[in-house]
Amino acid sequence: MFSIALFNLRTLPERKAAAFTAVIGIAGVVGVLVGVLAIAEGFRRTMTVSGSPDVAVVLRGGADTEMTSGLERDATRTIGDAPGVARDANGPLASAELFVIINLPKRTTGTDANVPLRGVQQGAFTVRDNIRIVEGRRFATGRNEIIVGAGAARAFAGLEVGKQIHVGQNLWEIVGMFTANGGIAESEIWADTDVLQPAYHRGSTFQAVYVKLTSAAAFQQFKEYLTTNPKLNVKVERQSDFYAEQSTAVTRFITTIGVFIASLMALGALFGALNTMYSAVAARTREIATLRALGFGAGPVVFSVLTESVLLSIAGGLLGGTAAYLLFDGYRASTINWQSFSQVTFAFRVTPHLLGSALGFATLIGLIGGVFPALRAARLPIATGLRED
Amino acid sequence: MKFLPLLWAGLKRKKLRTALTFLSIFVAFMLFGFLGALKEALGAGVSMAGQDRLIVRHKVSLIQTLPESYLARIEAIPGVAAVCHQTWFSGIYQDPKNFFPNMPVMPGEFLAMFPEFVLDDAAKQAWLNTRTGAIVGRATANRFHWKIGDRIPLRSPIWGVPVGQAQWEFDIVGIYDGAKKGTDTSQFFFRYDYFEEARQLLKGQVGWFTVRIANPDQAAQIAAKIDGEFANSPYETKTEPEGAFAQGFAQQIGDIATIMMAVVGAVFFTILLVAGNTMAQSVRERTAELGVLKALGFSNPMVLVLVLLESCAIAMLGGCGGLGLAWLIISSGNPVPSLLPVFYLPANSLLGGSALAAALGLAAGALPAWQAMRLRISDALRRGG
Repeated sequence: MFSIALFNLRTLPERKAAAFTAVIGIAGVVGVLVGVLAIAEGFRRTMTVSGSPDVAVVLRGGADTEMTSGLERDATRTIGDAPGVARDANGPLASAELFVIINLPKRTTGTDANVPLRGVQQGAFTVRDNIRIVEGRRFATGRNEIIVGAGAARAFAGLEVGKQIHVGQNLWEIVGMFTANGGIAESEIWADTDVLQPAYHRGSTFQAVYVKLTSAAAFQQFKEYLTTNPKLNVKVERQSDFYAEQSTAVTRFITTIGVFIASLMALGALFGALNTMYSAVAARTREIATLRALGFGAGPVVFSVLTESVLLSIAGGLLGGTAAYLLFDGYRASTINWQSFSQVTFAFRVTPHLLGSALGFATLIGLIGGVFPALRAARLPIATGLRED
Repeated sequence: MKFLPLLWAGLKRKKLRTALTFLSIFVAFMLFGFLGALKEALGAGVSMAGQDRLIVRHKVSLIQTLPESYLARIEAIPGVAAVCHQTWFSGIYQDPKNFFPNMPVMPGEFLAMFPEFVLDDAAKQAWLNTRTGAIVGRATANRFHWKIGDRIPLRSPIWGVPVGQAQWEFDIVGIYDGAKKGTDTSQFFFRYDYFEEARQLLKGQVGWFTVRIANPDQAAQIAAKIDGEFANSPYETKTEPEGAFAQGFAQQIGDIATIMMAVVGAVFFTILLVAGNTMAQSVRERTAELGVLKALGFSNPMVLVLVLLESCAIAMLGGCGGLGLAWLIISSGNPVPSLLPVFYLPANSLLGGSALAAALGLAAGALPAWQAMRLRISDALRRGG
């Protein structure tokens, strides 16, 4: 069994060109598949890493995004005082927030893009516990100061610590830059809500309240208290669920297109692989017939052809996977999330799981691509084979 | 044409290989077709933008409103031929998933400003006569099976409920079509006067203005004049040509579009590389037969042409077949109407694809054919293969 397979592989160098083409073909397909799935994975990760199950988001009832929501100051106080909300020495861990959009030029194209500007209260830093100031400092309350997310600073022009940006009639000074473990907040610019409200003529209305719960289990109690309160008309969700919902449109788009492309690619690669393996078998018809004349059964022959095909595919898969990892992992991109009408910056993520799937995919192509030629080789009448050239 | 049987015999020599090569090329060009449609869909706004129209929006961002009173002041600026406004209503029909753009507009002025929305006179008259009337594009009407006379409820998280009613309701008085292939027929327009009367927030405020200018060459100057008119006011404006405005949006989707394109491009070329190599190989294998042909009296150029014809035949059949199937699938429907309002395969993609198929055929067959042609007959016959 194995001796034939080894014999086959040892003659591989004679078929360098064909083998090489097969490997390149599969490498291309695998590389591209990994690239496309890395986009979806990167986007998904940005959206989910931002969401914590013990943080709840409260919007006005019926609002589907923060921008379409509106909450009065009294309502935000009631929400902060609800049972289930964690407290510290300063009071409830809650942040009533405002979400608006400003236009800033993208670094890559110079054209304007919608950038999220979020007004937060000081509690926001404890509610979302993955915020780290990496440069400068937090903004001081009551001042026209802003801090920029690392993703936003990378994607849009003019967001450096120490600079100022002109938004409408107001001048804002950039005093710090923050990271949020790769989450959505990194695509945003943060300011003090109390300063943002008058700048946008919002009076004393907010749009969302983010609270930290005492534990993930406290969510039910928190939600019931607020939804049964006749004075409030609110929608309460866990932050993780909220973000998952906010990313459905873009994720669905990328996944639909990604899966469709992958399927077509797989077909194309399969036909290419089949072609190559058929040629490989055809080129060695006489050798295979000789082996069978010598007494080797059909089994070892089939096995040897399959081995060759699978090994070539795995080689292609590894090549493509490595290339994709080197080229794509960590590659930064940004796109518009139609649901929040603003930019989300994210990084491509090539995970081991993804590479594993891609490799499995390549092996499958190799198997299917090798099976039919192998069977044909095994069933060839020996006399005809020996006569062939 | 008398060589057709010879050509056919060559193709049938290794039926399986021909079929597989044909199929790889077919799939690759199907991908190319879809890429063309995707590219068009993501950039449709730009190619359909009016040459003589400018968009005036709030300087800070599109989501900020402008006073309706600006209309008269913009009209007064020399060079401006017509002005009308639109506002983002953000109405939801049953479920946010059913998204389509809906806007209150000034009916008469709107239809004059956008001649690409084609509406018959009866419908236009009905719209001018019905306060709660609305017109909807063919794509959305088909998507939800709406007909003229239907009453459509929309709920608006931003604008709340209308005065004296439980929800916003509109009567469809007309369905508009697009004048050109790429026109967006997914939008829903209703009357601003009804909107202004019934809304309870931000009365007197609109979303953005569209300005028609008499001379497209003066776009930059007039834009500057408009912005200058409102500089240092509480509502500063930013004016740009409609094409630039659409381009800005296309570039916001930006990176994703470029990446998708690059990805599909890479796949396309990889598949073609493999197919091309196989075709070249099949020519090399038949060196002896080419030698026979030459011995029989076929001239060198004739042999070259025969080989090229064969490789081009596979490439063109596979290529045009793949493009054709892609076109059929795309024409049958839009898989994501809420994200890509316009979805079709543009003619220049079809032409480009066909040209590429021909190029593939030539490239794959050229080198081995030329080499075979130059061989001495005796060498060719000795080659075997």
